[in-house]
Amino acid sequence: MWNIYVNNLHNSLLIVYKGFYPKMAASWGFTLLLCVLLMVCRGLSLAGEDPDQTLSSSGQVKALSPEIDNALGSNHGTTGESGHAVEPITTLPIVSWKWHHVTTPYLVALWILVSWLCKLVIEANHHVTSVIPESALLICFGFILGGMIWAADKVQTFRLTPTVFFFYLLPQVILDAGYHMPNKLFFTNLGGILVHAVIGTCWNAASLGLSLWGCQMGGAMGDLDIGLLQYLLFGSLMAAVDPVAVIAVFEQVHVNDVLFIMVFGESLLNDGVTVVLFNVFDAFVSLGGPKIDAAEIIKGIVSFFVVAFGGSLVGLVFGLLISLLTRCTKNIQIIEPGFIFVLGYLSYLTAEMLSLSAILSIVFCGMCCQKYINANMDENSVQTVRYSMKAFANGSETIIFVFLGISAIDKVIWVWNTGFILLTLLFVLVYRFIGVFFLTWILNRYRLVPLEFVDQVIMSYGGLRGAVAYGLAVMLDENKIKEKNLMVCTTLIVVYFTVILQGITMKPLVMWLKVKRAAVTEVSLLEKLTNKMFNHTLVAIEDISGQIGHNYMRSKWKYFEENWMSWILMKPSARKKQDQVFDVFHQLNLKDAMEYVTEGERRGSLEFVRNENSIIDFKKKSESESFDINNANMSNDHGAMSTTRDPIPSVSLEMHEQIMKAVREAEAINAHHLLDQHLYKSRKQHRHRFSRSHFDINRDEKEVQEIFQRTMRNRLKSFTSAKMGVKPPKTIVKHTQKEQQQKMPNGKSMDKAKTSYSGDEGSEGDSASGYDQSYMRATYRAGAGIENPAFMPDLDPMDLLQIPPWLGESELDSSMVALSHRAQVDLPRTPSNLRRLAPLRISTRSTDSFTLENIPDTQQMDSDQLQPPPPPPRPPRDDGYV
Amino acid sequence: MGSSSSSRNKIPNAQELMHQTGFSSAHLLRLHDRFESLDRDNRGYLSPDDFEVLGGLAMNPIGGRIIEAFFSSGQDTVDFSSFVRILAHFRPTDRNRNKEGTQQELPSSRTRKLKFAFQLYDLDRDGKISREELLQVLRAMLGLQVTEEQLQSIAERAIQEADLDKDDAISFDEFKKSLEKMDIDTKMSVSFLK
Repeated sequence: MWNIYVNNLHNSLLIVYKGFYPKMAASWGFTLLLCVLLMVCRGLSLAGEDPDQTLSSSGQVKALSPEIDNALGSNHGTTGESGHAVEPITTLPIVSWKWHHVTTPYLVALWILVSWLCKLVIEANHHVTSVIPESALLICFGFILGGMIWAADKVQTFRLTPTVFFFYLLPQVILDAGYHMPNKLFFTNLGGILVHAVIGTCWNAASLGLSLWGCQMGGAMGDLDIGLLQYLLFGSLMAAVDPVAVIAVFEQVHVNDVLFIMVFGESLLNDGVTVVLFNVFDAFVSLGGPKIDAAEIIKGIVSFFVVAFGGSLVGLVFGLLISLLTRCTKNIQIIEPGFIFVLGYLSYLTAEMLSLSAILSIVFCGMCCQKYINANMDENSVQTVRYSMKAFANGSETIIFVFLGISAIDKVIWVWNTGFILLTLLFVLVYRFIGVFFLTWILNRYRLVPLEFVDQVIMSYGGLRGAVAYGLAVMLDENKIKEKNLMVCTTLIVVYFTVILQGITMKPLVMWLKVKRAAVTEVSLLEKLTNKMFNHTLVAIEDISGQIGHNYMRSKWKYFEENWMSWILMKPSARKKQDQVFDVFHQLNLKDAMEYVTEGERRGSLEFVRNENSIIDFKKKSESESFDINNANMSNDHGAMSTTRDPIPSVSLEMHEQIMKAVREAEAINAHHLLDQHLYKSRKQHRHRFSRSHFDINRDEKEVQEIFQRTMRNRLKSFTSAKMGVKPPKTIVKHTQKEQQQKMPNGKSMDKAKTSYSGDEGSEGDSASGYDQSYMRATYRAGAGIENPAFMPDLDPMDLLQIPPWLGESELDSSMVALSHRAQVDLPRTPSNLRRLAPLRISTRSTDSFTLENIPDTQQMDSDQLQPPPPPPRPPRDDGYV
Repeated sequence: MGSSSSSRNKIPNAQELMHQTGFSSAHLLRLHDRFESLDRDNRGYLSPDDFEVLGGLAMNPIGGRIIEAFFSSGQDTVDFSSFVRILAHFRPTDRNRNKEGTQQELPSSRTRKLKFAFQLYDLDRDGKISREELLQVLRAMLGLQVTEEQLQSIAERAIQEADLDKDDAISFDEFKKSLEKMDIDTKMSVSFLK
C-alpha cells in the first residue's frame, strides 16, 4: 500500500547506496545517519518530480559526505540501468546487488522508520513535550528533514500527495478515533457536536470565503485571480479542524469530559463535513460561476446532506456487518482482529466509491461496531485490535506530521501575499471564536448543564488546522484555480501557526483559565449503583412530569438496543454479561486480588494466602458442609443465611466452599477461568477516553491483569519450588522488586492505614475514596480480626517468629467453631480479600446466568492462578488440627 | 398573557412555590397541567394509583420507589405543592441563585438531591441504608443477569466501601462522602420543559 510513496524513484539513490556501502566502515557514525535520512527522504519523493532534477542533484551530496561523493562519481554511469541484474552475465553470480528489485518497499519502510525515529527522539525528551506538543515537534523535525532534502536536491522532491494521505494515512487515524470513541458521552452530547460540526463548519467556510472575497474587492490583497467561488472553496478547506494537537493537550491536563467530547467529536465529524463541503464547492467551481442558478445551489445543498448521511449510513452498515461477522469467528481467532481493519477500510473505500463521505463512514463504522466486537471477540483479539489500531493510527499520524513539515521546504509553493495570508489567519481565528460562541449560546439554552465561558474559549482556541486542510489544498486543481500555490502556502502557514503556536499556548491557557478538570474516577460500587439508579429515576421523573426528554429517549434506545441489537449482533454468551454494576464489582475484585498479591510480595511471601485458604477451608468444611455443600439450591440457601445473619458470614463461606468443592470434585483445573474472564470483561464497560498517542485508559487495567497473572504464576511456582526445596528462579526476585516500585501508592496507603489505625481509625476522614478506606480497614482487620501473623509481619514481626502461621490459625480455628464477634464482622473483608472473588465463581456454577460453555475454562483458570496448588498445602494441616 | 395569568391564579400559592422551588411560572403552569391530567378525577390530589397507570413507570425497575418518594410523609395523597416540591429536586442546580446565598436551600441543591437519592435507598427511613435495603435496590436494578450470591457480595462490598463508622450500614453522611466526586448536578437533573 505504500507503493505510491515511491512511484518515482531516484536512480541516484542507487548510487548513493552503492557507493556508501563499501566505505561504510570508514566513517560510520554521523554519515550513516545522515545518508539514511537523505536517502529515505529523497526516495520517498512522490509523483510529479522530474527525475533529471534529482539526478542532477547528486552533486549536492558531495558537500555532505566525501565518501559518497567518490562513489557517486564512479558509479554515475550506471544509474540509468536498473541495477546489476540487467548487466550481461558472464559468470554465475553468487550474490548480486538488486537494489532496484526492492527499492520501493525498502524506501517506504525506511521512511516509516525515520518518521518513527523522530517520534522516538521527541518522546525521549519529556521536558520538551510537556511544553511543546508532539505534533508541533514532529512538524519541526519535518522542517529539518525537508531542509536536508532541499540542501541535497535544491528542490523539494517529496510532497504529501492527496492520494497517499486520503487513502493510506488518514483512514486508520479516523478508524481509531471512531473505534475508541466514548460512545455514551458522544451521544449524550450529540446535539451540540453536530451543531458545531455541521453548522459551525459551514459558518467557518462561508465567513472566511466571503470575508476574503470582500477584502479582495476592497483591494486589501493586491491583484489576485480568485473569484468568489474559489474563495468559498478555500474557506471550506480551511474549515477542517484537526483534533490531534488539542486532544494531546487535553489528555495531559484532563479537561472535563464534556469539553473533551465537544472538541473531539466536533473535530472528527468536522473533517468529514469539510470534505463534503469541499467537494460541493469544487463542483461549483468546475461548473463555473455563470452556470450556477438556484437549482444547482439546491442540488448542492441536497448533495451535502446526502453525502454526509449516506456516508454515515454506509459506515453503520459496515459496522453491523463487522459485528455480525465477529459472532462467528470463534474458530479463527488469530485473524479475527483483521476483519475490523479490512471491513473498516472497505467501508471507507465503499463510501468513497459511492462518492459519499468516506471519513464519516469510517467514523461511524468504528463507533457502531466497538461494543459488539468487544463483546463477541476473544479477549486477546480485542486487545490486538486495540493495540494495532493505536499502532496504525499513531504511526500514520507521525508520518503525516513529519510530511507536513517537509512539505514546507519547497520554493514552488511559497507564493507570498501578505494581505491574503494575514487576513486568512485573522479570519480563521476570529470566525472560529464567533462561531463557537454563537452556537454555544444557542445550545446553552437547551442544555441541561450549559457550557461555561471558559470552555467556550478553549473550544474556540482548540480549532487547530491540520493535515486534512493541507491535503485538500493540495487537491485543488491548478487549471481551475490559478492561485493554487498561494492557497497551499497559506494553508500551510495556518496549519503551522495553529498547530505550533496555539498548540504550545493551549496548555498554559487551559491552566490559566482554570478549566474544569475531569474528576479522577475511582470506581466505587455505591457510586455506580447510584448512578444507575439516577438514570432510572430521571426516566421516572420524566414520565411523571410528562415530558419526553433525553432520558426517556435514552431508555427507549437502551431497551431497543438490549432487546434487538444485542440479540442479533452479540454472541449469546457475551450478551449475558453486560451489567455495569457487576462489572465494577469485577474490577474491584481484581484490584483486591492485586493488592493482595502486592501485599504478599511486600511481605516477602504469599505464604499467608495458603494459610488462610486452608484455614477457612476447614471452617467451612467442618461447619457448613452439612447444610451447605449438599444443598442443591445454593442461592436460596445463601440468601437465607445472609438475611438471618448466620454466625458465619456467607460471603467468605461461599468462596471457600467453592474452592473446596472445586478441589474435591477435581475441577481444580477449571476453577480459574471465571476470574480471568471477569477481569477482562470489566474492561469492556470501561469508559474510554480517546487518546491518540497513548493507551493509558486501558493501560492501567491491562497492566493490572498482566501483573496479576504473571505474579500469581511466578509466585505459585516459587511456592511449589520453595516447598520442594528448590530455589526459586531468579526472575521472580526481579519481578518482585519491580512490583514493589510500581505499587508505591498502595504502599503509602498501607502506611497511612497503619498510622491511622494506631491513632484514631474512625476519624480517618480521608476523602480519598471508598476504596482506600476499605483497604485500610482490610489491613487493620487482617491483624486484629483474624490474627493471622503471617499476614502482618510488618506490624509486629515477632508474631511470625513466635507463632507459626498454621499454629496461630489453627488455634483460632479450633478454639471456636463460629468466629469471635469481631472476626465475624470483619470476615468478609479479612485478609484474604480474594474471598470476595468467590461469588463470581459460584454464580457460574450454581445458576445458569452464565452459559455453560464458559464454566470449564473459568474454573480452570481460577485454580491455576488463585489457588496455590490446593491439595498439597491442605492435607497436612487437616491431619494435624482438625 | 391574560390566559396564563388566569391559569396561574388557579395554582394555589404560586408565588410561594416559585420561591421555594425555583421553578419559573411557566414551569409551574406546565406542571400544573400535568398534575391535572394525572389527577383524572379532579380531586385536587394524586394517589399512588394515579402514578401507577403511567406505563413507563410500571416498567421502571425502581418506579415503585419513586412513587413512594412522592408519598414520603405517610399520607397516601399528594397535592400540587408537594408534587412540585418533589419534582423540584430534579431541577438543574441553579448556580447563580445559590451563590447569592439567599434564604433557604432550594430543593435542587446538591445536598437535597443527594438526600432524595438516599431516601430512595432508605426504605424504612431510619436514616441508614442497611445491607438489606441495598440488596433490595440491587435486586430491583440488576435483574436476572446476576445471581443472588453475587448480589449479596456486591451489597456487602458496597457497604464496606462507604461504611466509615463500621456499623454495617450507610448513613447519609457516609453516603454523601462516598458520592463526593459524582457530578450530582448533572446526573440528578432533568431539563424541565418551559
